[in-house]
Amino acid sequence: MEQFTGKVWVLGDDIDTDIIIPTDYLALPTVEDMKQYGFSPLRPELAGQIQEGDIIVAGKNFGCGSSREQAPEIIKALKVKCVIAKSFARIFFRNSINNGLLLIENDQIQNLVKEGDTLTVTMGESIDYKGKSYPIQPLPQNLMDIINAGGLVKAMQKRNGILEED
Amino acid sequence: MGLTLIEKIIAKNIGVASVKPGQIVTVGVDRVMIHDIFIPFVAEKFEEMGFTKIWDPDKVVLIYDHLVPTSAVEDVRHFKIGDAFASKYGLSHVHRSDGICHQLMTEAGYAKPGNIVFGTDSHTTTYGCVGCFSSGIGYTEMASILGTGELWIRVPETIKVVIDGQLPANVSAKDVILTLIGDLRADGATYKVIEMSGSTVDAMSVASRMTISNMAIEAGAKACLFRPDQKTCDYSHVDLQDVDWLYADEDADYDEVMIYNAEDLEPVCACPSQVDNIHPVAELEGTELDQVFIGSCTNGRLEDLEVAAAILKGKKVAVKTIITPASRKIYLDAIKSGAIATLAEAGCIITHPGCGLCCGRAGGILSDGEKVLATNNRNFLGRMGTSKVGIYLGSPATAATSAIEGRITLPLLCCR
Amino acid sequence: MGMTIGEKIIARAAGVDVVKPNDIHTVTLDRMMSNDGTTHLTVDMYNTQLQNPSVADPDKVVFIMDHNIPADSPKTAQAHKKMRNFAREHGIKCYEGQGVCHQIMLEDYVCPGELIFGADSHTTSYGALGAFGTGVGCTDFLYAMTTGTSWVMVPETIRFNLHGQLRPGVYPRDLILTIIGDIGANGANYKIMEFAGDGAHNLSINDRMVLCNLTVEAGAKAGIVEPDQKVVDYCKSRGREAVHMFKSDEDAEYTAIYEYDLSKIEPVVVRPDFVDNFALREDVEKEHIPVDQVFIGSCNNGRIDDLRAAADVLRGRQVAPTVRLLVAPASQEVYLDAIREGIITDLMEAGAMIMNTNCSVCWGSCQGVVGENEVLVSTGTRNFKGRSGAASSKVYLASAATCAACAVAGYICGPDAL
Repeated sequence: MEQFTGKVWVLGDDIDTDIIIPTDYLALPTVEDMKQYGFSPLRPELAGQIQEGDIIVAGKNFGCGSSREQAPEIIKALKVKCVIAKSFARIFFRNSINNGLLLIENDQIQNLVKEGDTLTVTMGESIDYKGKSYPIQPLPQNLMDIINAGGLVKAMQKRNGILEED
Repeated sequence: MGLTLIEKIIAKNIGVASVKPGQIVTVGVDRVMIHDIFIPFVAEKFEEMGFTKIWDPDKVVLIYDHLVPTSAVEDVRHFKIGDAFASKYGLSHVHRSDGICHQLMTEAGYAKPGNIVFGTDSHTTTYGCVGCFSSGIGYTEMASILGTGELWIRVPETIKVVIDGQLPANVSAKDVILTLIGDLRADGATYKVIEMSGSTVDAMSVASRMTISNMAIEAGAKACLFRPDQKTCDYSHVDLQDVDWLYADEDADYDEVMIYNAEDLEPVCACPSQVDNIHPVAELEGTELDQVFIGSCTNGRLEDLEVAAAILKGKKVAVKTIITPASRKIYLDAIKSGAIATLAEAGCIITHPGCGLCCGRAGGILSDGEKVLATNNRNFLGRMGTSKVGIYLGSPATAATSAIEGRITLPLLCCR
Repeated sequence: MGMTIGEKIIARAAGVDVVKPNDIHTVTLDRMMSNDGTTHLTVDMYNTQLQNPSVADPDKVVFIMDHNIPADSPKTAQAHKKMRNFAREHGIKCYEGQGVCHQIMLEDYVCPGELIFGADSHTTSYGALGAFGTGVGCTDFLYAMTTGTSWVMVPETIRFNLHGQLRPGVYPRDLILTIIGDIGANGANYKIMEFAGDGAHNLSINDRMVLCNLTVEAGAKAGIVEPDQKVVDYCKSRGREAVHMFKSDEDAEYTAIYEYDLSKIEPVVVRPDFVDNFALREDVEKEHIPVDQVFIGSCNNGRIDDLRAAADVLRGRQVAPTVRLLVAPASQEVYLDAIREGIITDLMEAGAMIMNTNCSVCWGSCQGVVGENEVLVSTGTRNFKGRSGAASSKVYLASAATCAACAVAGYICGPDAL
C-alpha cells in the first residue's frame, strides 16, 4: 500500500474557496499564474512557503463555498500531497477527486499536530503521527475508479477510446 | 417506506420505484448551466476528453454574468471562447448580458419542476425553489456531462425544515435562511438536501423561495427543494397535474426535522466573515456602515427592489448604496413599477445586472476597515475587497433601512 | 482695444479693467472641482507637504466621484475613502456616483462669467454656459483650494463663427469632431476657442456642452459659447442667476477667425488613435470594420439628447450578438429623465447594458474594459491608444446615433445602412 511522509501546514475550520483562490485571480490564464495567490486572504505568504510533498491539515468544512475547480487545482499545483480535514464541502470534494487531489477525512489529528510537524499516511489505512496510528476510511469504489484512471479527464478519454486502458 | 422530494426526483429520473440515501446512481441530466468564468475550462476539458459533439445542445445554457460588464482586459477572452464553443457545437441558449445565471435559469424556463440540473456554480441550488433538483459541480464534471448527458450522484439524506405561521412584518425569506444556516452551521447540511415545508413557506412567493434555495449551499447542502404549487406552476409555465407526483410522502424518512414558528423569527445578519455567524439585527444596531448593497442572485429580484423602494421613497441614502437587479427582465419590470426611479431619486447607484460586487470583481469593492451591509449570499474573508473589509449579510429591508441611517438599523417592514 | 469673452472673465477674476494675451494675473476662482481621478493625491499633498493648511472657502470646492464608481479595487476604494473623509472634515460637498463631474457642475453650479478650475481636462465644458472652465493638475488645484486664488496667463482667442443649422442626422458631436479635424490636435494650444454667430445660438445648451467639452482635444485652454437668453433660462430653471453675460467687443482681437456653415457638416467617424484623425462616416462605412463593443455615454455625449438619438435608432431593433453595447447616462438626472421618457426601457429591450452614471469606458476603467485587438466605437472624449483597455484595441469616435447603428449592424456604419 502506498505510503508517504510530509511536513504539515495547519489551517482552521471553514477554509472557503475564496480563501483558497480569490475571485479576482480566477480570470488569470492558467492555474500556474494563479497559484501564487493561493490562500492569500488568510495567509498571503503561505503559497510561497509550501513545498512539494507537504500536507495540509484543516478543520471541518474544508473547501466550502463556490464551485471553482481552481481551488483543488491550485492546491495540487502547489504540490501539496494531500489535505486531511475533519470534513470537506461537497463540490470541493468532487472537484478534488476529478482532479486527482487526495483528500482524507479524519477528525482526530487536528488537535494534536503542530505546523512544521511531519506525519505519514498509508493510503486507505492510516495516518501515523508520533508513534500513534489513526485509521482512515477508504473511498467508495466509483471514486477510486476515477482516481485510478488519473482523474475524470483520463476516465473520459478511456471511455472515448483515445487513451488505452492500462 | 415513503420517499422525500429528492428521492422522488431521482427515482423518476432513473426509472425506478424508489431510491435510498447513500445509494450511488447515475442520473440523466435535463439541463446544464455554464457561466463565463468557467467556460474556457469546460471547453478545454471537453475536447481533452475526446468528445466531438454535445449530447444535446438544446439542454446546454451558456450565461455571461460574472464578467459583465468587463472590468479587466482579459475578461473578453472568456466571451470569445464561449462564443466560439457555442458556434462550434451548436449551442443556441447563450445569454451575453441578460442577468445573473441563477435568475435566468428559472426565469427563462430552463429549469423546471422535477428536472435534474447541474451548473458550474455553487449557487445552482437556487432552482430548488421550483422543485428542481439542481446542484453545483466543477468544470471537469461539466465537460463529462456535455459528452455523456449523465452524472453519478450519491442519493443524499434529507433534512426537513418546517416553518408554520406568519412572519413578523419586518422578517423576510432572507432572515429565514440566515437563521437556518446559523442553526445548521456552514457544514450542517453537507451532502444533504434541505426540504422546505410549512404554511410560512407555502405563503411565500417563488422569488422568496429562491432566496432560500439560493443560500442553502452556505450550509453545505447539495440541494434545497420546495414542493411545486400553483404559484410555481404559474411562474414556470407548467400544469399542476404534470407535477402532482412531486411531493414528499407522509412516511418519508428524514435525517433530521427542524421545526420553526414563524412568529419567533426576527431580522438577522450574518456577521463577518462566516455565513453562519448569525446575530439579530437588534443586537447589531448602530454599527457604522460605509456601503450598502442590494442585489445578486440571492436578493436582486423585483420584490427585493420594491421593498427597498418602499423604504427609501422620499428619503436620501446616507451611505453609498448600490443596487444590482438580478436580470434584465427584473430591471425592466422595476422601471415599470417605478421602483428604479424611486431608488435613483434616493441617491442609489443602479448597475447593470451581473455578479460584480457579490463575486468581488468590481461594482463597489471596499478597502481596509470598511463595513458593508449586503443582501448577497457570501461574506467570506476578502470577498468584496481586502481581508479587512467587514461584510454583513442581511435582508433588502434591513439593507434599505440601514442605508438611510448609515448604520445597521432594524427595519420596520418587509414586503407584505 | 476690446476684449474677448475669455479676457473679460479673467479681468473680472483678477479685479482689473483690462487684460491682454500673455499677461499673467492673479485671479480669484469662482469654483473648484476635483474628481476621484486625482483628489486622493491632492489630499496626500495637503496632509504631508503643507504647514497648517486650510481650505480657503469650502463652499467653492466640489468633489465628485465618477471615474471609478463603484470602486473596482481596494485601491480605488481607498482613494474614495480618503476623498470622502477629507470632504466631511472640511465641509466640502461630495458627490458619489451621481454623475460625471462636468455634467454635475453644469447642472448644479456653473454660471456665466465665472472662472472655474477643475482637476480634469474636460473642464472646458463649462463654456457652454459662458464660463471659463479649465483643467489643472492636482498641485495647481491644491494651491487654488487652499488660497482661493491662482495665476493665469491670458490666452489668445480663436473665433469660430457658426452659421445656420445642423441637418437632421448630424449632431454637435460631428461638428466639433470636424473642427478638431480641421485645426488639429494642437490647433488651439493654450488658446480659447470662442463660438458665436447665429449657428452657435441655434444650438441648445446641451449641444454647446458637447462643443466646449471637446475643445481641449484641440489643445484649448477653454471653449466658450457666447452666452444668450438660453443660458439665462437654463440657469434660472436651476435656481441660479446669470449675472456676468460677457460678449466679445467688436474690436476684440483674435489669432484666427473661422467660419462654419453648419448645414455642410457631415456625420463623422474619427479613426484611432488621435481625436483629430477625422474621417467621413460614409468613407469608413465602406470598409465594413467589425465592432466588438459600443459605448454611449461620457461627459461629451451621455446627455438626454444623445440617449434619445440612440433610442431612435435602437427602438424595435436588436444589438448584434457579437457586440456589447454599454450605455452610461451622464448623470442621475439624465438617467431619471431617460427612465421617464421610456428611453432606458427602449435601450434595454434592444439589448443595451445600462451602467450607473460614470466615466467607465471613456477612460478604460471599472466597467466595459475592452480586450486585446477589439474595436470600440464610442461617444467618449478620446481614442488614444489603449484608452479603453488593451493597448492593441482600437477606438473610433462617433455620435450617439452612429454608435447605436454600429451596435445593431455589428460594423461601423450609420443608421441609414440598417
